[in-house]
Amino acid sequence: MSGNDDISHLEEELPLQELPLDAWHRAKGARMVGFAGYHMPIQYEGIMAEHSWTREHAGLFDVSHMGQLLFSGDGVDEALEHLLPSDIKGLQPFRQRYSMLLDEEGGVLDDLMVSRLGGGAFDGANIYMVVNGATKYDDMGWMIEHLPDEVVMNHMDEQALLALQGPEAGEALASLVPETADLLFMQSGLFTWRGIDLWISRSGYTGEDGFEISVPADDVTLLADALCELPQVKPIGLGARDSLRLEAGLPLYGHDLTPSVSTIGADLGFAIQKRRREEGGFIGHARVMKELADGPGSKRVGLKIEGRLPAREGAPIYAGSAQVGEVTSGGFAPTVGAPIAMGWVSLPHSALDTALEIEVRGKRIAATVAPMPFVPHRYRRKA
Amino acid sequence: MSRYFTDEHEWIDVEGEIATVGITDYAQEQLGDIVFVELPAEGATFDRGDDAAVVESVKAASDVYAPISGEVVETNSALEDEPALVNSDAEEDGWFFKLRVTDASELEGLMNEAAYKKFVASL
Repeated sequence: MSGNDDISHLEEELPLQELPLDAWHRAKGARMVGFAGYHMPIQYEGIMAEHSWTREHAGLFDVSHMGQLLFSGDGVDEALEHLLPSDIKGLQPFRQRYSMLLDEEGGVLDDLMVSRLGGGAFDGANIYMVVNGATKYDDMGWMIEHLPDEVVMNHMDEQALLALQGPEAGEALASLVPETADLLFMQSGLFTWRGIDLWISRSGYTGEDGFEISVPADDVTLLADALCELPQVKPIGLGARDSLRLEAGLPLYGHDLTPSVSTIGADLGFAIQKRRREEGGFIGHARVMKELADGPGSKRVGLKIEGRLPAREGAPIYAGSAQVGEVTSGGFAPTVGAPIAMGWVSLPHSALDTALEIEVRGKRIAATVAPMPFVPHRYRRKA
Repeated sequence: MSRYFTDEHEWIDVEGEIATVGITDYAQEQLGDIVFVELPAEGATFDRGDDAAVVESVKAASDVYAPISGEVVETNSALEDEPALVNSDAEEDGWFFKLRVTDASELEGLMNEAAYKKFVASL
């Protein structure tokens, strides 16, 4: 028997580093794998059980491998509007936005979350950003190259990051930090728990209501223990994080998003506000404008698959005898109870309900372009 | 009946000229939740080491090799409706296929249960 782990090709050749919660994960029975340069928990009791637990209760994810960055100095907003296609000037204190780094050709270098700090968080820095773990050092190099000297970027490598996700996440976190009950989706705030500063945003990447909590690495074990003592909360591994975000229709960098893909084709145009589209002034603007006018060559789509055989990343997608695309992530969707996939398909074949075929080990399986998310989002928005 | 084990984590029960093949409890544990098993066609013939089946977990697909040469005489149709049988009962009801063995000498050199346990402990 031989296995090919989907994420094994992201393992780095450098010796793997330990996250602040490494011993905690092992004590909880996690199976650890190499991912983005770190030993990471892929699962505890099993992906299906952890996935369902998160959809029904609250799952605690260690996402400390991700890059947490601070920006401060004169002209931060202007500088970041050069790097990011999103409206930074209009970003209010304690608000967060999904954005991305684009290269000169408009390809996606990374996707990220950007927030305006407030309340004196992180010594009064202006902007807080969370980028993907596997790309964080490349991102930092790119940004340093393109930022003016007046803007200072600080990598918070002494800060851990937890994500608490699921319908009971709000109730669970409020039992430790009551003031978090007032947060809505994409809002953040500075909170204190047992004298420890926590920067908390109501966001995540599972499609469920939930939070991301930035906490000093020295205090993260204490916080993780306190959360997992709550009846609603269990630790959840990377495996379920991947199946949850796939069901939520959220793209994963390095798989569904790469430098070869465009923002508009990726259906991420919502991250580029009207003013930025019109005024431009960001790296990669020319391609964004062209694709807004002419349409992208291909599109990221959801795929419903007939039968039980999952289609994995790399499987070619056909319309008749012509290959029209490729699966970029796929697997069995525990909440849906069937295999699902995400992939890139040439524009004429990307309309909803288009019948396609995916080749898996020489066999063609029937697939249909399906609306995403596969499982409805349950973010907590204004009533 | 004798039970043999391979270092690719298959088990083989041999009764007369028929060998029943499955993956070990250790293997299912490593794979995690199994959602699909692709079984060979009855009548297919394999040389030792050929790809014979595929087992899909939530995350990944893994090949299962024919641990000995032979012709497929039966497959476990229960796995089509309930692939999780491999998780719950890998070494009994979760069997994959039965082969008519063409070269019994290939069984020599495979591990017995005690040797396999020792092998797994060393991983």
